[in-house]
Amino acid sequence: MNEKLLSKANFPVFDVYKDLVYLDNSATQQKPERVLKAAEKYYREENANPLRGLYDLSVKATDAYENSREAVRAFIGAKSSREIIFTRNASESLNLIAYSWGRANIKQGDQLIVAVSEHHSDMLPWQILAKEKGAEIIWFECSSDGEYTPEKLKELLTPKTKLFAIAQISNVFGRLNPIKKFAEVCHENGTLIVCDGAQSVPHIPVDVRDLDVDFLAFSGHKMLGPMGIGVLYGKEELLEAMPPFLYGGEMIDVVTLCGATYAELPHKFEAGTVNDGGAVGLHAAIDYINELGFELIQKREDELTALAFREMKRIPHVHIIGADDPGDHHGILTFTVDGVHPHDIAAIFDSENIAVRAGHHCAQPLHSFLGVPSTSRMSLSFYNDENDIMRFTEVLGTLRRKMGYDG
Amino acid sequence: MTDNFYGEVLTDHNLHPLHKHELLCATCSHEGINSSCGDDIVLNLEIHDGVITNGSYTGSGCAISQASADIMLELVIGKTPDEAKQLSGLFSKMINGSISDDELEELEEAGALQNVSKMPARVKCAMLGWRTMEILLNENA
Repeated sequence: MNEKLLSKANFPVFDVYKDLVYLDNSATQQKPERVLKAAEKYYREENANPLRGLYDLSVKATDAYENSREAVRAFIGAKSSREIIFTRNASESLNLIAYSWGRANIKQGDQLIVAVSEHHSDMLPWQILAKEKGAEIIWFECSSDGEYTPEKLKELLTPKTKLFAIAQISNVFGRLNPIKKFAEVCHENGTLIVCDGAQSVPHIPVDVRDLDVDFLAFSGHKMLGPMGIGVLYGKEELLEAMPPFLYGGEMIDVVTLCGATYAELPHKFEAGTVNDGGAVGLHAAIDYINELGFELIQKREDELTALAFREMKRIPHVHIIGADDPGDHHGILTFTVDGVHPHDIAAIFDSENIAVRAGHHCAQPLHSFLGVPSTSRMSLSFYNDENDIMRFTEVLGTLRRKMGYDG
Repeated sequence: MTDNFYGEVLTDHNLHPLHKHELLCATCSHEGINSSCGDDIVLNLEIHDGVITNGSYTGSGCAISQASADIMLELVIGKTPDEAKQLSGLFSKMINGSISDDELEELEEAGALQNVSKMPARVKCAMLGWRTMEILLNENA
């Protein structure tokens, strides 16, 4: 535990924008100096095409890349680094499952269960797959405050259900779903479970073996790392049986004019030159999180969430989407303000140097389900502070007056 | 009101629109959508003998998109389709920041949206009604 790492002082963006209140962490997090330095150091001192060259520098580049894979493996508790596939982001990871596993395993008449609150990235790949194969999507509906229960899931499962997809933490509700229970229920039915960890892996300890998920997808840039590096975890026996997703260099064993045999895991799924600089940056981000420790991260984020929740509740005409307990929000507070459109809300916040998200947060069907066309969202991280929250709630309290209402 | 974020003209048209309602006698209608932000309006016009005699819009969106459509209708009702298109050209010029003072005067109340030229993220919102009207007039004139 290193409390110093909580501070904004470790994040260069706040040297440039001293007044910035950054509350769009669910979209992407800011990057600590250490992460930027690590990626730069790679390009200055270790850059070569990894996994190819038989010279010293390429060996260094390969080591840097594979060390990062090992760091990811340890971070999420996977059994083997063969189970860690580097992708560009969680979206690509989820698409990889849908294209590779999905096209090999889904047949006409099969069913896929997808949570209605999923991000488009964990929705569209399944919709396209189902359409292509003549399979059916069964929507898993939550309560109005965003709760999903294993009992409800059980009711939806049939012998035809091949896969269930859900986020561990919804990017709209911020609620933690009982993934371990879901996995149990799914596996009893012979159904695979895909977990979107984009919003959970940065904020809570995630152990894939304890959860017993079949696949887990997440993005580096939402957990202090660079953009363009993401992860797909898959159980080895599943990945082993899956056909490649993309074809190209470094994912083959032998190529002839008649075809090819493919490389072993994990390289089978990493066609072309990989993002070594991104992987090294992600490694530094994981080291940062580990040194800080989830105990401290969670304590800090829970404190700030509770403060924001309490202050927001005091403002008339403000409605928080989801649970009535700040402990169920994990730093994500999605809200509406009576009579004020989210884009006007975001514009007013922007004029005060406060960054919040407005729109449907890539979860349009959920907004239809909830009956609101769009919402605003503040999402915090451990490096935010009380002052950020107070500046946010202060402006929140003036929105209606700024839009011409009396109060 | 100094606290008002967009200025009173815009806020007033948003909170108390003059033309936001159905129009049963409309001779033509068109839906305009900004899919990235969810602004969604249906514009209705009643055109008789080469004159826009009435108009309305329905839908939802941010204050800029809604007020802009309302102000536009206020301006073009009573005008010919060609005059309306010419005003739309001027409005677009204003939003792009290249309008002269004389031209600005022709836009009357719509001049209240001039500040949008300094908000690049909101240009689409301000243009929604006008863009929809241009499509409508080109298809029905």
